[in-house]
Amino acid sequence: MSAPSIFTRPARLAVIAPYLWMALFFLVPFAFVLKISMSQTAIAQPPYTPVFDLTAGWEAIKAAFAALSADNFRLLVSDDLYVLSYLRSLVVASVSTAILLAIGYPIAYGMARLPRRWQSVAVMLVIVPFWTSFLIRIYAWINILQHDGLLNQVLLALHLVSAPVVWLSTDSAMYLGIVYSYLPFMILPLYATLAKLDPALLEAASDLGSSPARAFWLVTFPLSLPGVAAGALLCFIPIVGEFVIPDLLAGSDSLMIGQTLWLEFFTNKDWPVASAAAVVLLLLLLAPLLLYDRLQRRQLEAR
Amino acid sequence: MMARGSNKLSPFNITALALGFSFLYLPIVILVIYSFNASRLVTVWGGWSLRWYVEFFNDRAMLDAAWMSFRVAASSATLATLLGTLAAVALSRGANFRGRALFSGMLYAPLVMPEVITGLSLLLLFVALDAERGFWTVTIAHTTLTLCFVAVVVQSRLGALDPTLEEAAMDLGCDPLRAFLAATLPLILPSIAAGWMLAFTLSLDDLVIASFTTGPGSSTLPIRIYSEVRLGVKPEINAICTLIIGAIAVVIVGASLAAKLSDARGESAAPL
Repeated sequence: MSAPSIFTRPARLAVIAPYLWMALFFLVPFAFVLKISMSQTAIAQPPYTPVFDLTAGWEAIKAAFAALSADNFRLLVSDDLYVLSYLRSLVVASVSTAILLAIGYPIAYGMARLPRRWQSVAVMLVIVPFWTSFLIRIYAWINILQHDGLLNQVLLALHLVSAPVVWLSTDSAMYLGIVYSYLPFMILPLYATLAKLDPALLEAASDLGSSPARAFWLVTFPLSLPGVAAGALLCFIPIVGEFVIPDLLAGSDSLMIGQTLWLEFFTNKDWPVASAAAVVLLLLLLAPLLLYDRLQRRQLEAR
Repeated sequence: MMARGSNKLSPFNITALALGFSFLYLPIVILVIYSFNASRLVTVWGGWSLRWYVEFFNDRAMLDAAWMSFRVAASSATLATLLGTLAAVALSRGANFRGRALFSGMLYAPLVMPEVITGLSLLLLFVALDAERGFWTVTIAHTTLTLCFVAVVVQSRLGALDPTLEEAAMDLGCDPLRAFLAATLPLILPSIAAGWMLAFTLSLDDLVIASFTTGPGSSTLPIRIYSEVRLGVKPEINAICTLIIGAIAVVIVGASLAAKLSDARGESAAPL
């Protein structure tokens, strides 16, 4: 960070508008989620009993605080549906992140070893699918995976299977969709750290008698760990709350928490329980979020 | 940067790259090809045809949704670019102002925050404010999400700039605002443009946050596509998706031209 320059004061003024915007539309809404998660479900529009009514005076506010309840949270803990949803989300996110690392690392490594001129082309090629609609990319897979889709046609033509295989509405389809959608988020941070490694380090290792494989595990891999952490967090956190991919590609017998929350909100119209589910999800993600915030700040600000 | 001549690509590297990139692109290519399929059965090839494009342009509800999405994307991307650029300037030039940690936290968290949480919390805010849900609520929601992406893109560019340029401008008698407008702004303009385009495509793409924050009767394109896709594969959807991919391809070419432009000015910049 350079010493405070002439820009310090005006730059501080520049913060006002985005600061207010993010406070109002990102921070304050969480207070509402917390508030509604502690209110009662009501058959009304909006479907909850308001907890605070500031116009009603001090006594009413005290009464409102007394009316806050943890019932929705008790429901979340006691009902298997929610507990299993959270567990499934964490398992799916961990497994997906592991697969993403296993697939993304060799690709990022290959990219970092391309001639300099080709590296920027490769980066562009990874970014382009990220810009292409999420929903479209999932839809593209439904095309391929459906009963009489291309994958089954190819497998049948090659006589690898004798009857069409059911791909849609399975966990394999969901993992495929997740890995496909999040692969750029894994490759880019990995590539960013791998491309910065000094090749002289590898030469030194080989001069000292290391085989290329040994040099990789002793030099390259440990030095790429910040990229591994960034890529893993960038994938893990949003996958835990993923809704679209499991909804379109996985079966309906077990749900991820994003789907359960969506169901409570849109189908059951139980806003308080949906809010409580969101609060718990946020608490689960707090540690990875803080870690991610630190990494991001180090990367963008410590130049 | 070191010369890379000693690092030859191994067969393993080449295989990883070839498999990786075909995995990323094959599904999209197949989708585009099948959008020109004359057959109603999506998987049976019936010759080349544009009938599903004609179908789309006769589908009133789809067209309305597309128009709504376009308006939301254009307005929210513009707002987000303004706010995101200000945020990036504050973070990279404002030194340690009060509340900086909270501010950068608020900017980085939405990048990874599950969309169901962001969507639900914004909806509860809009309900509490008694705001009528529709175009404006979705636009505000998308601005909130995408301004963070713009801030990151512009901030990484600002961090790579040579600060002595601004000092030189001031030595030549510019006040800080003039120095910024004359020396810094032209240099970060390509990344601001890339930020706008990224915000535009993210907004065009979003299903979850829009579903929470929109009101009855104002569907965006992803919401309509999603409800159709849940019922199964329809050739018309392939056609719409191909059109969206085409639109995004135009945007990407624009963004990479912008990046080239900034490369030509002496510094390297990736669009992300």
